Amino acid sequence: MASKSDARATGARLLDAFRAEGAVEVDPDILQPAEALLDLYGEDIRARAYVTADPLRGEMMLRPDFTVPVVQAHMANGAEPARYCYLGEVFRKQDHRGPARTAEYFQAGYEVFDRAAPEQADAEVFALFARLLAPLNLRATIGDIGLLTAAVAGLDTLSTRKAALMRHIWRPQRFHKLMERYAGLTPVPATRAALLAGQAERDAPWIGLRSAQELQARLDRLREDAAARPIATQDVARLDALFALRCPADQAVEALRALDIPALTPAIARLQARLSALAARGIDLGAVGFDASHGRTTMEYYDGFVFTFSAAAPDLPPVASGGRYDALTRVLGQGKSIPAVGGVIRPGLVADLGGLDA
Amino acid sequence: MTLKLGVPSKGRLMEQCFDWFAARGVRLRRTGSDREYAGAVDGAPGVELVLLSAGEIPRELAAGRIHLGVTGSDLVRDKLADWQAQVADLAPMGFGHADLIIAVPACWADVDTLEDLDAVAHAFRRAHGHRLRIATKYHRLVREFLTREGVADYQLVDSQGATEGTVKNLTAEAIADITSSGETLRANHLKILSDGLIHQSQATLFAARAADWSGDGQAILRAFCDRLGLGAPEL
Repeated sequence: MASKSDARATGARLLDAFRAEGAVEVDPDILQPAEALLDLYGEDIRARAYVTADPLRGEMMLRPDFTVPVVQAHMANGAEPARYCYLGEVFRKQDHRGPARTAEYFQAGYEVFDRAAPEQADAEVFALFARLLAPLNLRATIGDIGLLTAAVAGLDTLSTRKAALMRHIWRPQRFHKLMERYAGLTPVPATRAALLAGQAERDAPWIGLRSAQELQARLDRLREDAAARPIATQDVARLDALFALRCPADQAVEALRALDIPALTPAIARLQARLSALAARGIDLGAVGFDASHGRTTMEYYDGFVFTFSAAAPDLPPVASGGRYDALTRVLGQGKSIPAVGGVIRPGLVADLGGLDA
Repeated sequence: MTLKLGVPSKGRLMEQCFDWFAARGVRLRRTGSDREYAGAVDGAPGVELVLLSAGEIPRELAAGRIHLGVTGSDLVRDKLADWQAQVADLAPMGFGHADLIIAVPACWADVDTLEDLDAVAHAFRRAHGHRLRIATKYHRLVREFLTREGVADYQLVDSQGATEGTVKNLTAEAIADITSSGETLRANHLKILSDGLIHQSQATLFAARAADWSGDGQAILRAFCDRLGLGAPEL
């Protein structure tokens, strides 16, 4: 494995390349307030990030990634449009031993905040990474979470169901269980049937912070849900087909159209614009993989374009990954938002695989 | 060399453990006064008894300071990351049964499944401005379970004892704890989620992968396992 100084030297060259594109270097603190990260990622982040205590600032985390502090800094005082780059270590707890399962490693990153032409910005980041990583012969895969959210938004069903599905796009197992529930494909649990029939036992004393009004509000929602038509099984099948779609990127538009999901039309047009922008920057789309579920389990704040560059060895983590995170800027922007896309390269892995061109 | 066998140092767990070994021809006993934590092994040459708190046995196994140890399967899974890489599971022992479960207030008539819990957690966060709190001391097991099941908008709060009281005391909305009869849960107006069984625990004999098995260590282990009627593990 590459030494720390090799990784840092490779990272410095990546940083130079990012600066040459006009990016301004930023250098966020290693200690980040835990609260913002916990709010964003939920309890899972505790399993992955090192938590420590500061006597004045409370719970802190050793930065598990740069995206959140970079977005926070931009939303607080950034000018538009903006390009940022950074190089530094991130810290991730590893629960399993294995190759490249290091708990601290370098990331070199490049982030673009630009309202003008999102698909052009997507292509800019991807093509820059593809050019820098070209000597390593990596396999590139792209996806688009925006296709999945568009398909869910287009379902002919209650808005509460769509919101529940949307919330679990990044948790496939729960998503599919909910889908089956809403489509009437799984039996209603006996306890829920009894509850809806007014036969549930209600004699327990009330304890806890949740109020009886909150229970009543949920009962109303459950009744509304029980009275609504199930989602059509053909719509479920179409969504399943979308989630399972994998093909070379130059065939993705045709394959998506063939799914016959009308709600996808605007998202497909955006994908097409992005693919054209990539081709215009010299990317061979036949050699790039398209995977509609890409980023669904590992990259929870991405909500549009997603990409990874991976080496052939199956147990190595991706050498580079990134995507679009417009919604994250809204969450962290206290009322403001801006379209944003970016990615990181792991210079330690780049050095392991033979390094950048001389 | 001698192999160190760690067993719980007191109470019913120690007695049942002694009985389990005795039924297989190995007599464990305490020596010295009632208060002295010293012990001896008859019928298993090369094996030495170490009396420890059950809660510390996973850590001692992981460090390889004892070769063999008896403790709850829940404690090993919760305290040791990648537990199978650190210890080998030699035998479930058929006592010390307890279920790690998720329980919510019995008055939550609308909650019986993890699907309900997840939906309520989402609404609760919106209404109260913080994630739904689940009190537990089994952080790893509970978090891995809820991640696998796709439950979101919760947070774990640490509770090392009297966990069933946290809901009434408004320091948590739900709990994840071990129960054998469910008696304490009912007394505290809690009910178990129908699909909220996280782990069925029982006392288990483990072998430490990090312990020193050199010299005649492996041979002593094989003889010991033979005596107990167990297959010797790959270490």
